[in-house]
Amino acid sequence: MLKPIETIQLSNGLQIKLKEIHTAPIVSHWVWYRVGSRDEIPGKTGISHWVEHLQFKGTPRFPMEELDKSISRTGGIWNALTYLDWTTYFETMPADKIDLALELEADRMLNSNFDPQEVVSERTVVISERQGNENHPGFLLKEAVRAAAFRVHPYHHEIIGDLADLQTMQRDDLYRHYQTYYQPHNALIAVAGDFDTDTMLEKIKALYGDYSPGDPITRHNRPEPPQRGEHRLFVEGPGETRLVNIAYHTPPASHPDFFPLMILDSLLTGPQGLNLFGGGGMSNKTSRLYRKMVEEKDAAIDLYGGLPATIDPFLYSVHFIVHPAYDTSAALEVYEGEIQRLQENPPTREEIQRAAKQTRALFAYGGESITNQAFWLGFAEMFASYDWVTKYTDNLAAVEPEDVQRVAQTYLQPKNRVIGTYLPHNKGSNSP
Amino acid sequence: MNNQQPASLKTSSLPGPQDISRQVLENGITLLVRPNFNTLSVSVAGYLLAGSLYEPVEKLGLADFTASTLMRGTEKRSFEDIYNNLESIGASLSFSGGTHTSGFSGKSLADDLETLLSILAEGLRFPVFPEAHAERIRSQHLTGLDLRAQDTSEMAELVFDELTYQDHPYQYPGDGFPETIAKISREDLIQFHENHYGPRQMVIALAGAVEPEHAHSLVQEVLGDWSNPSQPEEITVPPAPSLEKIIKRHFTIPEKSQSDLVMGAAGPSRCSPDFFPAILGNNVLGQFGMMGRIGDAVRTKAGLAYYAYSSVSSSIGPGPWTVSAGVNPDNLEKTIQLIRGEIQKFIAEPVQEEELQDSKSSYIGKLPLALESNAGVTSALLNLERYQLGLDYYQRYQDLIHEVTRDQVLEIARKYLHPDRLVIATAGP
Repeated sequence: MLKPIETIQLSNGLQIKLKEIHTAPIVSHWVWYRVGSRDEIPGKTGISHWVEHLQFKGTPRFPMEELDKSISRTGGIWNALTYLDWTTYFETMPADKIDLALELEADRMLNSNFDPQEVVSERTVVISERQGNENHPGFLLKEAVRAAAFRVHPYHHEIIGDLADLQTMQRDDLYRHYQTYYQPHNALIAVAGDFDTDTMLEKIKALYGDYSPGDPITRHNRPEPPQRGEHRLFVEGPGETRLVNIAYHTPPASHPDFFPLMILDSLLTGPQGLNLFGGGGMSNKTSRLYRKMVEEKDAAIDLYGGLPATIDPFLYSVHFIVHPAYDTSAALEVYEGEIQRLQENPPTREEIQRAAKQTRALFAYGGESITNQAFWLGFAEMFASYDWVTKYTDNLAAVEPEDVQRVAQTYLQPKNRVIGTYLPHNKGSNSP
Repeated sequence: MNNQQPASLKTSSLPGPQDISRQVLENGITLLVRPNFNTLSVSVAGYLLAGSLYEPVEKLGLADFTASTLMRGTEKRSFEDIYNNLESIGASLSFSGGTHTSGFSGKSLADDLETLLSILAEGLRFPVFPEAHAERIRSQHLTGLDLRAQDTSEMAELVFDELTYQDHPYQYPGDGFPETIAKISREDLIQFHENHYGPRQMVIALAGAVEPEHAHSLVQEVLGDWSNPSQPEEITVPPAPSLEKIIKRHFTIPEKSQSDLVMGAAGPSRCSPDFFPAILGNNVLGQFGMMGRIGDAVRTKAGLAYYAYSSVSSSIGPGPWTVSAGVNPDNLEKTIQLIRGEIQKFIAEPVQEEELQDSKSSYIGKLPLALESNAGVTSALLNLERYQLGLDYYQRYQDLIHEVTRDQVLEIARKYLHPDRLVIATAGP
């Protein structure tokens, strides 16, 4: 399924990964930058995401409206994502139109306008995006839990940024951020789909070969000190539904304990794939926590978990909706019981193989999308290497039952977690 | 950059009579299969005529409730067995209720197709609706409705439907209301299933690593002997009532940071000749690029919203043609006026030739992307059957698009939209 790929680095530091796939006349092209909310300081939170928005506002060569129309009239899709550790831009287009995407991305790596007027109008758009998020109790809770988990490290704040900073940052702040991080030596190009490798490589070299590497980047490095005791917090707001978010400090994606933790998550809350663009996921009704909390005890209405792959230590989170007829603290006790079971007894080898098979299937589904294929090429390079993806299911299958038990004992400790609860105003007698 | 070339597609790579197998089983099930051995999996999707149109008003949500309870246990497998069998092989399957139809979709690795189809057939034919599970689904459903009541976007849509489709079945939400969900008994689920689920007019589509003959024999084996004489005739819906003025309503949800707005009117049926001019015109109005003219006015120029776009629904009846936006509550009225201005312009003069060409190129160019996954293909196959488009539809597609003229777009815009005859539904603080 995952064939060998071409990997090149230009003398200016730009990394290139190419994978030919000839099943459909489509090419997906991604440019990744090693910058995200991890690189932000107080006063400038949300700057990476705002810069991403401004990258759609044009360059002298590709004026804003033309940029957008040129891609759209091919039927292609294009978008960008800003995350904790990275920002990425992609175009998935008919194969015979991909040159447009190559040219536009090469141009906006260095030449975006950052027109002051555009900064003004985009300020309210970004604030509107944040206000849309704030409408959802789950966002408010997640934001509070993350802030409680990280006092020092910049994973503390949401990627969208704090309102105070969105109101005060200026055009020059944004432009400086862009100039600092948008450089060949801080970027990776990943292309998958219906092209010839040699031809594609020549095109990319022609576009980027003359770019200077750019100045070295000084990163903030403020490691989070160990948490010394459990934090519990409450967020109050409108509604009738109680939500719980439990977050444990966990190691980064490159750490040997990461794969045992992925298995742990799969057993507790169901399998996670790496399919951002079609292929979807899978139900989690036979996962341990779902069986116990939703089916057996009627303590929760639904639940899910997640262990994001990051450069620095981040969080393993479990989220659940408390059943309206169940007490929140009693639901947490049911939850705790399942965690203890895993800490006291290792899972069976069959459970681990089953989790690995589920992940294999998710890769098979996701692989049908050229966009996913190209996404995978670049994604893991941001925190580890592409091997991380190609060896993903083998690494899961190789996890030993005792490793799962050990990571449950090591990381799923009360003193290492934050428990956040959303308390709705309108809730009647069942409030805790 | 005007690198415009007339958009064109290699029709041989698109689904068509050369690679779609269509067979009708004796009991009335239509089976569509398109093999694709570049993939390792198979997707399945389908529908039957058991949507919310077939439920009584006092029990709104019954069709959806029934669909979501089919997999909670059958005569052959318990709930635990069903999900153990599926999840152990990395397969998935789910049922859901719609307005006209209830549907299902699933996928598995190619070797596991037989298991997937067996569970699908058991869910369709032999559900037992265990009491405890029905109650669990009810709780989940009611919590879903609590969350809906706090969701500005969903509530604006709900209000929009209620105002646009007065005295029309489209006025009701398919997920019902708390009081109607409370009235549904296990017996109602059993009855609804017995009276509405059956093979007549049911459609199944399969795409992926499977030969059509093999797919046919698997489906024949698990569903070929199914019959249900009590299935009702298909319900058709009347035209939507016409609007004479602006009807406006705000649904208050306190303490929200953002308001949502949905404005528009009933649009054309997917089967109407108006449909292509409508979607191409709508693309200009509120989709193309970063959300068309409306995105340009509301988001790009005024900076009022993160999203502002228009959409035409794809329904067998007169589904809505709407403009939606999420804005700061203080900017609600300003946004509404900007959008009304765009609608006024849209019906006053034809879209520009360049806009229409862009829109056409975009529609034609994105077809291969929509068809790259097996799930995308099953969804396309179901459209062929549901809207009687013909097996060669995707090969004729670019001609159908190219035939649309600016005058047709204007005529259709005027037929369905008017800035002084709109429903304007908003929700927020």
